[in-house]
Amino acid sequence: MSSPSSSARKRARSSNPPTPASEDPLSLSPRPREPSTGELQPMPTSPGTDMQSPAIQDTSLFSSPYHSSLLDMSSPLIYDTPSRGTPARQRPDLGSVRKAPQVDLNSEPVSGGSHFIKSSNCLQSKIFGLYAKRFLQRFIDPSSREDENACLDLNEPLYMQKLDEISVVGDPVLNVNCGHIQTFDADLYRQLICYPQEVIPTFDMAVNELFFDRYPDSVLEHQIQVRPYNALKTRNMRSLNPEDIDQLITISGMVIRTSQLIPEMQEAFFRCQVCAFSTRVEVDRGRIAEPAVCRNCNTTHSMALVHNRSVFSDKQMIKLQESPEDMPAGQTPHTTVVYAHNDLVDKVQPGDRVNITGIYRAAPMRVNPRQSQVKSVYKTHIDAIHFRKTDERRLHGLEEENEQKLFTEERVSMLKELAAKPDVYDRLSSALAPSIYEHEDIKKGILLQLFGGTRKDFSQTGRGNFRAEINILLCGDPGTSKSQLLQYVYNLVPRGQYTSGKGSSAVGLTAYVMKDPETRQLVLQTGALVLSDNGICCIDEFDKMSDSTRSVLHEVMEQQTLSIAKAGIICQLNARTSILAAANPVESQWNPKKTTIENIQLPHTLLSRFDLIFLMLDPQDEAYDRRLAHHLVSLYYQSEDQVEEEYLDMAVLKDYIAYARTYINPRLCEEASQALIEAYVDMRKIGSGRGMVSAYPRQLESLIRLAEAHAKVRFSDKVETIDVEEAKRLHREALKQSATDPRTGFVDISILTTGMSATARKRKEEVAQALKKLIQSKGKMPAMKYQQLFDDLRGQSEAAITKDMFDEALRALTDEDYLTVTGKTVRLL
Amino acid sequence: MPSVQDWINNPLGVVDGAFAQNNSGAEWEKKVVEYFKEKLKVNGAQSWVPSLNDVPLHYLKPNSLVKFRCMIQDMFDPEFFMGVYETVDSSTNSKVLRCGKYKDVTDCGQVDFNSRNAVTSERQTFYCVPIPGESQWVKEISFHQARVVPSTSYTPNRHKRSYEEDDEMDTQAQCHCANSHRNVESKRLETEAPSQNNSPSRCSSNLDLNFPLPGEQGPACLVKVYEGWDGFKLNDMLEVFGILSVDPALSLMADDKEASSLLDPTESMETVEEQRAHSPPASLVPRIHMLYAQPLKHNNPLLPSAVSEDKGACRFLSGVLSELTSVRSELLTYLTHIFLGDSLAAEYLILHLISSVYARRDVLPLGKFTLNVSGCPHSSPYTDQLYQIIQQLVPSSYQICMSLHNMNNQRMVPRKDYTANRLVSGTLQLASNTSLFLDETQLEQGQLDATGVRNITALGNLISWQKVDYDFNYHQMEFPCNINVLIVSEGRSLLPSDCQVHLRPALSPPNLEEYLKTVQLAQASSQLNKYRVYFTVARSLDYNISDQITKAVEEDFVEMRKDDPQSVSAEDLHRMLIVARLLSLSYGQTSLSRENWIKAKQMEMMRISRTQQQKCVNGNEP
Repeated sequence: MSSPSSSARKRARSSNPPTPASEDPLSLSPRPREPSTGELQPMPTSPGTDMQSPAIQDTSLFSSPYHSSLLDMSSPLIYDTPSRGTPARQRPDLGSVRKAPQVDLNSEPVSGGSHFIKSSNCLQSKIFGLYAKRFLQRFIDPSSREDENACLDLNEPLYMQKLDEISVVGDPVLNVNCGHIQTFDADLYRQLICYPQEVIPTFDMAVNELFFDRYPDSVLEHQIQVRPYNALKTRNMRSLNPEDIDQLITISGMVIRTSQLIPEMQEAFFRCQVCAFSTRVEVDRGRIAEPAVCRNCNTTHSMALVHNRSVFSDKQMIKLQESPEDMPAGQTPHTTVVYAHNDLVDKVQPGDRVNITGIYRAAPMRVNPRQSQVKSVYKTHIDAIHFRKTDERRLHGLEEENEQKLFTEERVSMLKELAAKPDVYDRLSSALAPSIYEHEDIKKGILLQLFGGTRKDFSQTGRGNFRAEINILLCGDPGTSKSQLLQYVYNLVPRGQYTSGKGSSAVGLTAYVMKDPETRQLVLQTGALVLSDNGICCIDEFDKMSDSTRSVLHEVMEQQTLSIAKAGIICQLNARTSILAAANPVESQWNPKKTTIENIQLPHTLLSRFDLIFLMLDPQDEAYDRRLAHHLVSLYYQSEDQVEEEYLDMAVLKDYIAYARTYINPRLCEEASQALIEAYVDMRKIGSGRGMVSAYPRQLESLIRLAEAHAKVRFSDKVETIDVEEAKRLHREALKQSATDPRTGFVDISILTTGMSATARKRKEEVAQALKKLIQSKGKMPAMKYQQLFDDLRGQSEAAITKDMFDEALRALTDEDYLTVTGKTVRLL
Repeated sequence: MPSVQDWINNPLGVVDGAFAQNNSGAEWEKKVVEYFKEKLKVNGAQSWVPSLNDVPLHYLKPNSLVKFRCMIQDMFDPEFFMGVYETVDSSTNSKVLRCGKYKDVTDCGQVDFNSRNAVTSERQTFYCVPIPGESQWVKEISFHQARVVPSTSYTPNRHKRSYEEDDEMDTQAQCHCANSHRNVESKRLETEAPSQNNSPSRCSSNLDLNFPLPGEQGPACLVKVYEGWDGFKLNDMLEVFGILSVDPALSLMADDKEASSLLDPTESMETVEEQRAHSPPASLVPRIHMLYAQPLKHNNPLLPSAVSEDKGACRFLSGVLSELTSVRSELLTYLTHIFLGDSLAAEYLILHLISSVYARRDVLPLGKFTLNVSGCPHSSPYTDQLYQIIQQLVPSSYQICMSLHNMNNQRMVPRKDYTANRLVSGTLQLASNTSLFLDETQLEQGQLDATGVRNITALGNLISWQKVDYDFNYHQMEFPCNINVLIVSEGRSLLPSDCQVHLRPALSPPNLEEYLKTVQLAQASSQLNKYRVYFTVARSLDYNISDQITKAVEEDFVEMRKDDPQSVSAEDLHRMLIVARLLSLSYGQTSLSRENWIKAKQMEMMRISRTQQQKCVNGNEP
């Protein structure tokens, strides 16, 4: 809400920096307004207003020591402000300037920087205005990666370009990254953090001066407001402590509740009932000092509040909860109250993850308004200055990992050291789920999945995004710790989701539209797949999933998006998730005589979308048993520390993966691409000898992804031959396990791509032909009994023919339009 | 030095004294805490302090020292308070520095908010409830003991003792009759349990005190923690010593809500629900300002709490250890009788009752031993009686009748209520080492709705991973737990379990109920106490496996696999190792011996053959 009737007086006031001219060392006594009221409020200090000091006491219920701030019209800054014609707007987020508590002149500022705001306050803030200006004019950040700066020239002063933008767009808000200020002028930064209430208006002024100097003719709704963000490091809600009160802080969290809009009175309008004389009174900390006497006619108690001529601003209460990642285990999340003002109202919705920059406030609570006893607890809240949604970036594609975990120098060098070790790949894979024994290749596969390939964008050429995520399917006997692996992965990755195929529906996986009972608003609730965007979705009991649910996965696993058309909402959500699925064989035990498809009864269209399919089988060999037994026994007596020494810490592994995913984007080098081509050609060749195709382009893509992931493991920016070798090896291992034709013993990729091995297909055709011959030999019979035909065929054929095979043959002939099957009769066409 | 009476009756006097002596540094705060710690260390001193679990709130003196044995149910946001503040006397205009620690409300006088000397400090609030499912005998014994100790002081309380004794008698009597009632119509009672929660109890009000289990009683408490709150976790058991604060001014605030909201707009930001949850009337939910808290490893009053490592405790422990084996054999006989002569089931029950999660390897909890006793008679109230017997043995337990109605209606998983900003408890929010008794014989055919499926999943997760995923609406949060789950069922349970024993009764008494009663009554209370101590001690022992035995176990495994690879899987080895571990502990042995390994193997073999036979029998049925 803007304040349409903002008067010139008000403009001057709120554009004015805090200028406490009083040299008075801010006495301890709580009588702050006495000396100043005369100047501040153009009403007589009648005994009525001034009355009881308790009343004043009431108004001074404020977190920081209250000190008078004088409006010094002779301040040079007032004259400097060239904001001609453009109204200023109050900044309730800073607390209106007038009630801004001033810096305590005698005490040292919290974090050193004592040179600001000494006695000659005006001068100092003017100096800081100049500093601020200098910063805005000169700051250049050539290495900027933020998407806000996407189209800006990085070698020009950044914020001047932003001013350009403002003049074009007309949105009078300038977001300033505190990190920039820190690199430019550490002192200025320190002051900003410690005294945001004073420094931000200084910035406001500097910006407006600059802006209206440059674009004197531009018309803005109100003067430009500076919104700093990214103060200090982004803090955890848990680390807030009393020292942060009245400082600029940035915390991250999740919005859990937002209140209705609350109109907050900024300025009350009073009119005398007798003589119609009107006066305005600014609201001071939620209280209005009602004029007891009309200044014009001296009637007492004649002033009445006129609501619709008072000035209001918008306010909203937001509840922020710690994000789950920041929390120590075994504790409940903390919440904080945030107030959003004016145009920040309704910027965030419940469920959003945000970084909020604002000023931390505390105010005491009173037990009873009529009692002097006070509850000795403060109420705390944050006045929001800037919101930054952290998950909004998902829309922007490439840079989403910018919310990056910040790694300390030591951590990075430690990780790099680790990466330089020749056996880093083995080390990491053995650190993965150490309690699960062996299955080295599976762990390696999962490790590569955790790293993922490089994301490539071919949307320009019309092909869209290439999938960078690696999908893995584990199948095997029950009780081979598949679930445990899934649980481990789910616990390892920040955006992991764990669902069981048995319990989940298509809706639970994708998204559903819900009507919010309170607002009657339609809300899109996202399911596991969308939630694990950029993470891993672990699906247990994949085989038990219903067909309709599984069909959702087709789109996700190749296009990496989810389309939703429900209740009038049509949208496509990103679901760039890797899928780690586990499936049990249909007949509780894995039947080695059957193919993978037959064992797990999954559609081959889905299976071919998995890069790696591993079998987790009991190897049944003595040496293995011995090692397994040793491993298990050691689980039961080794102390926690011993294990820690042996394996890499889970935290290190987490950081390693996060770092690699963020910073390493390997590209194929020439040799590697040659090696890949060769590998692919080889794969095709194997099959062609037997009249089968053993590789498809999808397999090539898988190889590339795996090679890239392996390069990421090495922290290498180039995919080299060794990466391709390992990718080939792993891919072959997985194929050997899952795509071996049990009848011939050869690896046959068509088992996975068409659901049937080439030999099986050949046999099917033979049966169909035999059946056709049989029917033809019977002469002109329009209809036959199903059972009889089956018996005839069985009698005729040398090989045993099962009912399934017979049915299949019938189906094949139906497809040829040779016959139709209705119930128990077979009709010729 | 103030006398005993002073530090219990007027702890704030001690605090203020220390503050006045030394108001410059932060030293005094430590001194105060040390002072109370020292005082409480004196032999028996802890029992002089009146317990909030036992004494009704209205008999306790405000601002006196109290103790409270509780579980942390919820953690509220940290709050800032005036650690040190200055008051102005309006008549003389003189200023006094005061200390705001351990208090809810400022002392008389006008507070000067702008004082330079004021210090803002931080404290954390925990919402604590009595330990859920605490057995009756724990309460009886712990407060009985307290009464025996000659309380030299605390006259106001002694005067009330007589009252309170009656009171307790009454409740006991009630409980007994409730129990017998339960025998007969336990099912009805279970289904009614949620409504019972609302029925006027000792604290008659419509305020939901948020107990995890329905039908619980006792005061809930807001515990204000001044230091080291990061060390506490949700569902921790604590013995809190602190200053009781029931200032009526706190309640006044809740009442005057309407009035104050008009005057102070910031106040109106909290919803009514939130107000109610976070500042309930002090008469119902008193505040305790924590001076000292003892984390409890167990809540068995027969044992010295684990923390105190004085000589007495050591002597006691070695005494228990020496007769562990004999107690075990007595216990085994007792349980065998209970299981109608099935000693194998009795063995497994012992192992189950001393199991405890002792470590977690990545996601895998080690040491859990969920037992499924199948083949329980369905028609008779056998399972209920079994539960009662277990209740007699363990310090805390809870029975869930898995009837369809219960599964579909009970709130098992705690859920965050964002309007009231609190964690609404569920039946699975239990303290460590609570015995959870799942009665599957009550489950009938029918439809499970969404809640039912969620509850079953939650139970499954609890059993497999020993964790409960609390529902935070926008996300779930995993809380590890350590709960002994015992499932009784007719056939194999639908829930996963570590080990299934099929009950094979050797005798069939004509009147099962009578029989069990007589068996129960035959146990003297001193005998029961021995068993109770046995379980707690055996559970806490350390354990290791020597290299030699490791080799032997490996050999054994390879050997077993050689004969028939299908028969023994890695999972079986896992189980055998757990059984061996628990078996050793049950004999008080801290390392695995060959004999125990062989015994464990035999037990497993017997058990497996039994279940296989059962399968055959079932298979042959027409």
